[in-house]
Amino acid sequence: MIEARNIHFTYPNGVEALSGVSVEVKTGEFMAIMGQNGAGKTTLVKHINGLLKPTKGEVLVNGTSTKKVSVAKLSREVGFVFQNPDHQLFCETVEEEVAFALRNFNFSKQLIKKRVTWALNLLSLTQYRQTSPFMLSGGERKRVALASVLAWNPDIVILDEPTIGQDHQQKEKLRQFIVQLNTQGKTVIIVTHDVEFVAECNPRVALMVQGKILADGPANKILTNRDLVAQASIVPPQISQIFFELSDQDLPQDIINVYDARDVIIKRLEAST
Amino acid sequence: MSVFEGFKFRRVYSPIHQLDPRVKFFYVLAIFVIAIMFNQLLPLILLFLIQLPFVFIAGVQREWIRSLRGALLFATMIFVFNFVFTYFWTEYPLLPSPSLLEHSIAMTLRFIVLVESFSVFFLTTSPDHLGLALEQSHVPYEFCFAFTTAVRFVPVLAEEAQTIMDAQKARGLELERGNFIKKVKNYIPVLIPLIVSAIRRSLELAEAMESRAWGATKKRTNLYVLRMKRGDYVLILISATILILAAYFWIFYREQIPLLSSLLIPLRLAAA
Ligand SMILES: Nc1ncnc2c1ncn2[C@@H]1O[C@H](COP(=O)(O)OP(=O)(O)O)[C@@H](O)[C@H]1O
Ligand SMILES: [Mg+2]
Repeated sequence: MIEARNIHFTYPNGVEALSGVSVEVKTGEFMAIMGQNGAGKTTLVKHINGLLKPTKGEVLVNGTSTKKVSVAKLSREVGFVFQNPDHQLFCETVEEEVAFALRNFNFSKQLIKKRVTWALNLLSLTQYRQTSPFMLSGGERKRVALASVLAWNPDIVILDEPTIGQDHQQKEKLRQFIVQLNTQGKTVIIVTHDVEFVAECNPRVALMVQGKILADGPANKILTNRDLVAQASIVPPQISQIFFELSDQDLPQDIINVYDARDVIIKRLEAST
Repeated sequence: MSVFEGFKFRRVYSPIHQLDPRVKFFYVLAIFVIAIMFNQLLPLILLFLIQLPFVFIAGVQREWIRSLRGALLFATMIFVFNFVFTYFWTEYPLLPSPSLLEHSIAMTLRFIVLVESFSVFFLTTSPDHLGLALEQSHVPYEFCFAFTTAVRFVPVLAEEAQTIMDAQKARGLELERGNFIKKVKNYIPVLIPLIVSAIRRSLELAEAMESRAWGATKKRTNLYVLRMKRGDYVLILISATILILAAYFWIFYREQIPLLSSLLIPLRLAAA
């Protein structure tokens, strides 16, 4: 359970990146934080593992204020995967890279070995075990970064812009993977402005604009609300645009993915024949 | 970070910002030479005060104070070393005395004066102007470009270092943990990604530049050309005057510059 209580945050250079954000994420929930560049999404999620501490207000993770514990301690519960894997890869082999955090958390030797094997397998990286992470492709590096965080099995997983620079196939795999994590009971928070990606996952969506949360609710309600979406400078999902153009046909307006759209259209076709 | 801020140029306008960088550099050099010439407290205090008007005319007090604060650690070290070593090497045979104290303060102030002048220079000179000045001083363009690019990328690198530190902290890295050796080692996971990404970035930059025909024209012209204006001549005059005065005192009165502590004693006697 994550609770942000009216938090404000100002960077040392005077930029107020968060101005009064309150949000509550329950254990096992799947949430997407969306909004244009500079809206404060990254700043907000960096508060959850304590990398940033609010200048006003407080953030509670499982009941403990982030001001009271170190980032290292919080990270045991909150796994944070950064946008750019090149900002963290530094070891000689993929195996070492995945073991890095486990060593920091003082896992035993056997346990480290077990967890590394598990994480590499989970992300289909076993064949690269002894390869240098710098020799891998962009998508593979991203997976190594993800494996290096999932290895310690945190309860909360935060992914900052996971889809950037990924091709369609990788995105699809990532989506399935995220959904799988969530069904295993993990709290998953993704930061993204990839609407189509969010539309297919249909999570809870929070829209951010200029350091504030503009709207919060199920994806098919938020992403089909033209006003909200326009205010957050997001283009609605293509399916939703089609249904908007067909609004004189008396079709439901809260459709955002292909499968629901198919059902609705077939039903309509059957009714008209 | 705060030390960087103390030298980082911000685009504001003031008479000092408008000055020709070559002239400003001459001024910094003059201050530098004088600060090295004298090791007594009195002239160094004067040197410190002389620069204050520049800081205020340029309106960079805040950043300037930050650069001084950044220099504080080094300044303290210089003071302690001077105090301790001069005492043990007994050039001043007496125990910790006012004159020894004054000497240590003077050495510290010399360092601060140097930091002060360089800080004013970098705070008020845009990297573009600096590159232009180098070019017009007939430095090969490749070097000027490398120089301006390097200066440009300092803030980018600083920001990137911060992100990398965050990313590694999120994987349980504790930078402050352990003894001195361990602490240095803790920075390896930060330095490697930083260096790798800097190299990658520079290769990308080189490719991008070559694909836009960098270096195709041998004879380059500039849209802006630095020209000396009235203010520039005034600053040259000021710098030269200070330099000449300093040289004059150094040649003829070097030995007679009084210690401030010795000036205070008659004062105290008179008061008594
Ligand atoms: N390290 C930093 N120092 C100063 N300002 C920052 C820093 N990081 C982000 N900002 C500013 O804070 C605001 C929010 O940034 P961020 O949280 O990164 O937005 P988003 O992730 O939604 O694109 C932006 O205006 C950005 O310029
Ligand atoms: Mg961001």
